[in-house]
Amino acid sequence: MNLELRTPISEEDIRKLKVGDVIYITGTVLTARDAAHRRMLQYLKEKRALPFSLACLPLYHCGPLAKKVDDEWKVLAAGPTTSMRMESLENKVIKNFGVRLIIGKGGMGKKTEEAMKKFGAAYGVYTGGTAVLAARQIKKVKQVEWLDLGMPEAVWMFEVEAFGPVTIAMDSEGNNLFDEVRIEAEKRIDKLIKGSSLDSS
Amino acid sequence: MTLLRLAAVELPQDVKDAIQEAYRKERSPIGKTQLEAILENIRLAEEVGIPLCQDTGLVSFYLKAGSNVKGLDKVEEALRRAVRRATLEVPLRPNAVDPLTQKNTGDNTGRYVPHVHWRIFDGANLEITVFPKGGGSENVSALKMMKPNEGFNGLKKFVIQSVVRASGMPCPPTILGVGIGGGADIAMEVAKMALLRPINEPNPDETVANMEGELYEAVNRTGIGPMGLGGNSTTLAVKIDYAHRHPASYPVAVAFQCWAARRATARITSNGEVEYLTHKV
Repeated sequence: MNLELRTPISEEDIRKLKVGDVIYITGTVLTARDAAHRRMLQYLKEKRALPFSLACLPLYHCGPLAKKVDDEWKVLAAGPTTSMRMESLENKVIKNFGVRLIIGKGGMGKKTEEAMKKFGAAYGVYTGGTAVLAARQIKKVKQVEWLDLGMPEAVWMFEVEAFGPVTIAMDSEGNNLFDEVRIEAEKRIDKLIKGSSLDSS
Repeated sequence: MTLLRLAAVELPQDVKDAIQEAYRKERSPIGKTQLEAILENIRLAEEVGIPLCQDTGLVSFYLKAGSNVKGLDKVEEALRRAVRRATLEVPLRPNAVDPLTQKNTGDNTGRYVPHVHWRIFDGANLEITVFPKGGGSENVSALKMMKPNEGFNGLKKFVIQSVVRASGMPCPPTILGVGIGGGADIAMEVAKMALLRPINEPNPDETVANMEGELYEAVNRTGIGPMGLGGNSTTLAVKIDYAHRHPASYPVAVAFQCWAARRATARITSNGEVEYLTHKV
């Protein structure tokens, strides 16, 4: 099912999404990678306010390639990064900052799955490596914070239009398409290695 | 410099053809959605001249140098300059980080980076291959020091297990390089270099070609699919190479190349002419 989703995203919007749905997002998307996740939780610990809000918005695992043209940032390439690196911290970010949708690639683990069930969030895949396609759908850079972390690790705030295809791989009911595919593949392994014509031993 | 831009922006024709073919054969609707986005992205990147993936990788150079080429001692410094320039002009994402301080150098150069691999031949030409390698596919590289008694079945099991374990993380459909023998580092080096071979170029060794075919079929039957979301396009090609091994060792290395299989080669002749071998320029 192809759906258009506008930000801000409500819990109701998210709970309606199922694994396999393909969505296109219009509105605001924020990026955060390894270092930004660490810093956000550091700020939380220190009871410091974040210089941006994640509430009801999608968080995109992405380290974009951007160029400053005159006084404005232009995004040249913005594909997803491997989400699993953020697994140890994502559940806390979902719990404390109101993120409704995590976008990335490769999937996430049990801790994030549980937080998604509990707080009403989902995980969608933006096709890995389709960075120029993503840049096309990013209409404007509204804000960028924490550039001291480096261009890929800063928090970028994008205004997007029909951002997608974002394929829902983990929904708010605990379904995980990556797990389903992997478990099925593991079952097939023994069958696949039997009867090799090349084994001389 | 041109090679670095070509490699980052445009895929070699054999890779584009393989992805197109995978899209045609893909039976899963979700898989087709991923491949469609990939094909659109390849087209867009070429159209606007921008790197197709934001992870422009850690750069390696593979050189085939004629022994009569003058100034070979200056080549590495020239390559480093080219990488710095390409970082600003293409642009490439700064991807060289000091593992001790976590500081990004900002220009894609650093200690032992860009990596330069040399093979020296008789002659007066210098052939340069640029191989930018992304982090996602690199992070699922696998090495197993197998027991010689495990045989081809053991190797096959290890390769398939590595692919399943990697799941969507290396951005399938991937090209798999399998290196056998030599030693831990040589197996991995050989596996990596196997990734540079064109997809549609058959292996001249019939036994190895059969092994490649068998692994290719098996990997695609795992059903991991594009981006690990399910489907029958998990690998675009399996390329095997081997080195002789120590009697007691059987190293097997698996190198993964994401669908954005970026590489570019040029040959510089003794009178300074440049011929581009992987791209039309």
